[in-house]
Amino acid sequence: MSTHLTINGKSHQVELPGDVPLLWVLRDEIGLTGTKFGCGVASCGACTVHIDGEAVRSCQVQLSDVWGKVTTIEGVGTPDAMAAIQEAWVETQVAQCGYCQSGQIMQAAALLAENPNPTDADIDDAMLGNLCRCGTYPRIRAAIHTAAGKMKEA
Amino acid sequence: MASIGKIARRTFLIGSAAIVGGVAFGAYYVSRPAPNPLKPTEGEAALNPFVLIDRQGVTLFAPRAEMGQGVRTTWAALIAEELDVELDQVRVLHGPAAAAYYNSAMIGEVLPGKGYDRSNFMHSVAETLGKVGKVIGMQVTGGSTSMVDGFERMRAAGASARETLKEAAARQLGVARQTLRTADGKVITPDGTEIAYVDLAVAAAALDPVKADVRPSTEWRLVGKSQPRVDMVGKCTGTAEFGIDVRLDGMKFASVRMSPQRSGMTRFDASAAEQMQGVQKVIDLGTGVAIVANNTWIAMQALDSLDIEWEDAAYPPETEQIFARIASAFDADPNSEMRDDGDVETIPTGATEISAEYRVPYLAHATMEPMTATALFSGTRFDIWCGTQAPIFVQRHCAEAVGLEPAAVDVHTTYLGGGFGRRGEMDFAVLAARVSREMPNVPVQLTWSREEDMQHDFYRPGAIGRFKGAVQDGKAVLLDGGIATQSCTQQTMARWMGAPAAGPDKGTVDGAFNAPYAIPNFRIRGYLADMAVPVGFWRSVGASINGFLLDSFVDEMAHAAERDPLDFRLEIAKAEWGPAATCLETVRDMSGWTGKTPDGIGRGVGFTYSFGTPVAQVIEVVDEDGTIRINKAWIACDVGIALDRSIVEAQMIGGMIYGLSAACFGEITFAGGEVEQMNFPDYDAIRMHTAPVTEVAVLENKRHISGAGEPGTPPSMPALGNALFDLTGTRVRELPFSKSFDLLI
Repeated sequence: MSTHLTINGKSHQVELPGDVPLLWVLRDEIGLTGTKFGCGVASCGACTVHIDGEAVRSCQVQLSDVWGKVTTIEGVGTPDAMAAIQEAWVETQVAQCGYCQSGQIMQAAALLAENPNPTDADIDDAMLGNLCRCGTYPRIRAAIHTAAGKMKEA
Repeated sequence: MASIGKIARRTFLIGSAAIVGGVAFGAYYVSRPAPNPLKPTEGEAALNPFVLIDRQGVTLFAPRAEMGQGVRTTWAALIAEELDVELDQVRVLHGPAAAAYYNSAMIGEVLPGKGYDRSNFMHSVAETLGKVGKVIGMQVTGGSTSMVDGFERMRAAGASARETLKEAAARQLGVARQTLRTADGKVITPDGTEIAYVDLAVAAAALDPVKADVRPSTEWRLVGKSQPRVDMVGKCTGTAEFGIDVRLDGMKFASVRMSPQRSGMTRFDASAAEQMQGVQKVIDLGTGVAIVANNTWIAMQALDSLDIEWEDAAYPPETEQIFARIASAFDADPNSEMRDDGDVETIPTGATEISAEYRVPYLAHATMEPMTATALFSGTRFDIWCGTQAPIFVQRHCAEAVGLEPAAVDVHTTYLGGGFGRRGEMDFAVLAARVSREMPNVPVQLTWSREEDMQHDFYRPGAIGRFKGAVQDGKAVLLDGGIATQSCTQQTMARWMGAPAAGPDKGTVDGAFNAPYAIPNFRIRGYLADMAVPVGFWRSVGASINGFLLDSFVDEMAHAAERDPLDFRLEIAKAEWGPAATCLETVRDMSGWTGKTPDGIGRGVGFTYSFGTPVAQVIEVVDEDGTIRINKAWIACDVGIALDRSIVEAQMIGGMIYGLSAACFGEITFAGGEVEQMNFPDYDAIRMHTAPVTEVAVLENKRHISGAGEPGTPPSMPALGNALFDLTGTRVRELPFSKSFDLLI
């Protein structure tokens, strides 16, 4: 089956069965490995991407159901041109093992797009689906506040 | 080779005979330098195994697994400090599996003695013994040893490279080396002429390395200050390469279904899988099945269609039976009695006696990145890409799996999506090797499902602790503890070396026998349950058990003595070892500890000494309409020398949260020989809304440097239990607490 996807502003034609989850299309077919596999059951958030700006678990979205434009961590910014949220993450020195951080950043970016001034309670509500076994939560929280400040300045 | 095996076996014996045996046996091998694994090509110069310079610039090698603990940054900073380069001017790589990258601190850790009482002489014995690691290929990241291991050696490597570059410049200019100085990757003459290292490297490589002393701490530019981590930008942009991210031309994707009973397979039917679109190959692995496909998801789907019959487990199939076996270990002679002060058989006249039994469950590591490895077998060469804490062991075991010599195997170590001890095992790499052998010249990435990962771990073993204590006039006068569990050391050494360790197992009683508490009658005995349930090193190993067992019981003793639990600990710590007492005082002051809490708030203190680092924690819980939330935490630790405070703080908080995840929710159970938990919904962890607001104090009162990766984990569990007791008046002696309390989830 042939499916058309727009990912990070680029057009892709994918020849795969329609029931393959978007996560594996991104990783194994297109080679965008920034989006991570953690659980396969939407309980860890490592695979979070945006579809039309909404944060979704890509392990639960079938290829045939992708309803809009996909943005992955690679589309947010690059090492040479990081987005404000990524700069905030680097300044706060958030990552330890780093495996969950793509998903954390995608989830936080969706939060900030909707709520430019999140309280700690807002952050709890938005981020509780994103697991981090290294326990970077305090720095993620700090980085979200820093990013909120940066995005207001911009 | 036989004698090397013997060294390995004897080294892991713990006791004076072992040290003598290890060092004596090792004398020849130990003094022999390991070859430099860096093979410079035209125009490149490898000044030592840690510094390579070519026309493009300086590359530093930090051959420890970067699993989040910041080792790559701090090791690079140690080299850069002496080499006079800036971290943003250099590349930092992991490097190959090589004897030169042995861990000098890990074997020293097995020395007898409590650790905190080690003399300078014993520290140097540990360093000498540690060099045995070179002989047996102990390139292992673990045991919170990287900073202990790297602190002297990496600075020495940087200093030697610097002086050798200066010597090359001196010869070129016809001046004395002593007249030259270095900065910013250049040698500078008295008249200000600058020669870049890259222009001196080839000449320097032809010289004998110059030995140089390392600089005093007063001259440090980088070390001791928080550095921007070299892996941070990559990890925040999705560009850092983890094992699961390796992509090679023509690569196929595989997954496995191995026996959930860790046994054999009597039959399997793959006819449905073979018909599935995108399936390339079904491979019978004897103890399971691998499926190679066009993508990982198709491989996993195809595995779900298999019909397999498994053999029975070689261990008791039910949790209750496993714990009955652990309990029966108390009936045999103890394996160790590493603390035996005074006389614990007689309760002092007039003392109040208490006793209690504690129990902790089996635990999975649950790294965020499931087990994965990518392999390519050509028939005469084998390459493996994976995140590993033990590359030399991966090299040896993969070589055996594909029928090649280790020299024909290249291990490419990527970033690790969490280690916690799990990636010190070789199983995931060996399975990839076995699959790859069936697919010559095709790169294959093998990724386990989360369910496969959780059901095929080497678990932190369950344990039972039996304690008797006595208090008199508000003081601790007696503590007698027995800990029964499986030995992680014995199983892991058997897997690593093919030779089981014997003798008293320090790991089993770590965090208990070496508690820096002065109690006149104090005994700790370890009892081993010999069972085939797969167990292994889990962040802080035995201390993850004993921190909870011992320090919860100490809390009970404080209450029996009608004393404030923090003061009670402080008194016995002060009398034993100053740095331990200072941690307790610091956490008392940070938290504003008064020993009194209002209704609806509970506070508990926990203290553990492990891997050379004393850590005290205070945890505060709040009752919110019947649901208990962990609100705040305070941590005080002493690592002797804090090479990078930001990283030490992150490790302390992360270690604590890892421990709190286990204390609140973590439990692996067995039914019919299979692990019952499958994924995060039934093996949950602390999340954003359940993590406490935390303050950390990093102290430097100890004389010797010690690690930070693990010691934050053990005290979190008793601190939480003691806080829950303060809040509710209920003393729960079994983890996880979610079985007894209504915790916020």
